[in-house]
Amino acid sequence: MRHTLSVLVENNPGVLARVAGLFSRRGYNIDSLAVGRTDNPAISRMTIVVEGDERVLEQVIKQLRKLIEVIKVSDISREEHVDRELVLIKVSAEPEKRGEIMQIADIFRARIVDLGRRTMILECTGNEGKIRAFEESLRPYGIKELVRTGKIAMLRGSRYTNINGTREDE
Amino acid sequence: MKKSGAQIFVDCLKEQGVDTIFGYPGGAVLPIYDALYESDIRHILTRHEQGAAHAADGYARATGRPGVCLATSGPGATNLVTGIANAYMDSVPLVAFTGQVVTSQLGRDSFQEADITGITMPITKHNYIVKDVRDLARVIREAFYIATTGRPGPVLVDIPRDVSGAQIEYQDPGPVNLPGYRVATEPRPEDLARAVELIARAERPVIYAGGGVVNSGAHLELRRFAEMLLAPVATTLMGLGAFPGDHPLSLGMLGMHGSKYANYAVCECDLLIAVGVRFDDRVTGKLESFARQARIIHIDIDPAEIGKNVRVDVALVGDARRVLSLLIERLEARLPGAWQEKIATWKKEYPLTYEENGRLKPQKVIREIYYATQGQARITTDVGQHQMWTAHYYTFTRPRTFISSGGLGTMGFGLPAAIGVQVACPDETVFDIAGDGSIQMNIQELATAVHYNLPIKVAIMNNGYLGMVRQWQEFFYNRRYAYSELVNPDFVKLAEAYGAVGMRVEKPAEIAPALQEALATPKPVVIDFIIEREENVMPFVPPGQPLNCMLG
Ligand SMILES: Cc1ncc(C[n+]2csc(CCOP(=O)(O)OP(=O)(O)O)c2C)c(N)n1
Ligand SMILES: [Mg+2]
Repeated sequence: MRHTLSVLVENNPGVLARVAGLFSRRGYNIDSLAVGRTDNPAISRMTIVVEGDERVLEQVIKQLRKLIEVIKVSDISREEHVDRELVLIKVSAEPEKRGEIMQIADIFRARIVDLGRRTMILECTGNEGKIRAFEESLRPYGIKELVRTGKIAMLRGSRYTNINGTREDE
Repeated sequence: MKKSGAQIFVDCLKEQGVDTIFGYPGGAVLPIYDALYESDIRHILTRHEQGAAHAADGYARATGRPGVCLATSGPGATNLVTGIANAYMDSVPLVAFTGQVVTSQLGRDSFQEADITGITMPITKHNYIVKDVRDLARVIREAFYIATTGRPGPVLVDIPRDVSGAQIEYQDPGPVNLPGYRVATEPRPEDLARAVELIARAERPVIYAGGGVVNSGAHLELRRFAEMLLAPVATTLMGLGAFPGDHPLSLGMLGMHGSKYANYAVCECDLLIAVGVRFDDRVTGKLESFARQARIIHIDIDPAEIGKNVRVDVALVGDARRVLSLLIERLEARLPGAWQEKIATWKKEYPLTYEENGRLKPQKVIREIYYATQGQARITTDVGQHQMWTAHYYTFTRPRTFISSGGLGTMGFGLPAAIGVQVACPDETVFDIAGDGSIQMNIQELATAVHYNLPIKVAIMNNGYLGMVRQWQEFFYNRRYAYSELVNPDFVKLAEAYGAVGMRVEKPAEIAPALQEALATPKPVVIDFIIEREENVMPFVPPGQPLNCMLG
């Protein structure tokens, strides 16, 4: 089972090392990890995708909570949420193939962000399934390079998570 | 008011009530040493930084107050590492300060630079490097707060030399504010109700108590709780003294080197009430067979301990003392029945014994130490057979009197820990029951004991072996004693060379007189007990076996 954890942390140097160290030391598997600061510059949000059964997940959450600089941990995958990844793919694009590639980009609502003599860079956002399908569609043309972010996620509706927990305004 | 970083350091320590620190100087801590020189904080110069960390650890275990140690950057800091890990494994409140190279030289492999916050990340509850002197007071307050609250543990604060040397207009940082740090104190009412129900239904309850009872100061509540339920109490190594060892309900220690009756009781109980413990593999043996017939109630202040190794039926997350009081309020006293009888039979049938054959038996030596000190001494140990014999044959009746390296199993802990204990308890008798192998790992601390005239008594159980290793080789490696035999120095002469008193005991009849003489000597004394060489710790559960499969 994969779970998406939304983790609010103090924006201190070293906090990433603490979280990463915790995962490696205790043998938890990280699928992806994305970090960036929140609207409050003193606080960062980590979105961590972990692989493991309920028992592992429970330990991961509890151990994360023990880190002093971790303020809030929520398992976002238990609730309705939106998640996104972003991918940049540099694909071989001889002039005669460009039309086809642009059609694929259209289908996935991807954007062409660079055009070289023999290559193109495409940018696509979406959930994991879409990104995977996009990658597969481009593979036959020859993928030269692929860079993707980790997943980021947010609860749907008026509920939101902040340092005080998950809440909803009237 | 203008203050230097070093002055802030001293003032913050005093504000925390620190009266003693254990340390070793060097370039990166010179500003701090200069400020300490004119303060009224007592500084004990150990002869190795590991000794400073263990001494601070012993001080903390004996008193419940945070132990403080101080070392310079680089090698000074790395020498603390074993001591910090030791405190971490046994949840000891320790605050370790290290000097660091000046901030402008950080990250350049400068002379005596070591990334000590990186190194100690997995063995501290939290750690800091202070890069701005304006953060120093806040960080020190947080460090003590974190080390001493909730589940205690070591915190390290790394202070670059230019930070301790800087002058600032001092502004008080105010009270500690840590949004990500919360300490559970109250269990949920519904869990409490479930626990009460399970207890009421249980016919064969056993209490499994550990170091958390000592840390929380819950020993009186534990006793009351056990007496109400008439539930026998097995303790872990860390829990020795949390329940009186001479109490009729005491089962002594459980686990790999536990008593047979403790292990049988755990195997046969229908309810296991675990208090301040972590289901360590040395306690549970083969996990799948541990307390197989029992429902389990787990009381602990650290939510991450719940369900870590063993699935439990009810978790009461909170301070052990508080949780036990809540349970006591809700329970009714019981009358003895078949279970208590069964326990009594086991105790009669399988007592801890050893063969007396006229030679010097370590068990007898430890029993004699118990008699000579009326069971009232503070005992530290090293790690090995002598540690287990001490756990078996010195009956501990009060918390904080058995001070031993449990989780990390650090040879060389005993002597420096005894120094910390004696500094904390100047009017009490402190014995270090040491191994002939272990003592040599921090033997230099004899100089510290002599330097500060600390009248600790070191009883070396000299078997000429790394005995615990030899025992395993005897049982599991066909008596192939690969590199476990020792060629030892003359410990009597060694003690004398350090300025301590040295004595040797080779016959049973010499034990009591030697102990009397040692106790009457107001100086550090080393007694070299030449014990039966191949004596084993019995009974014991081979690793990976269920608790009722005991050898011996
Ligand atoms: C620092 C360290 N190194 C190695 C070990 C492994 N070890 C555990 S017990 C033991 C033997 C200890 O010998 P001694 O101090 O003579 O005690 P005895 O078992 O003979 O009583 C060893 C080597 C350890 N626990 N700690
Ligand atoms: Mg030995």
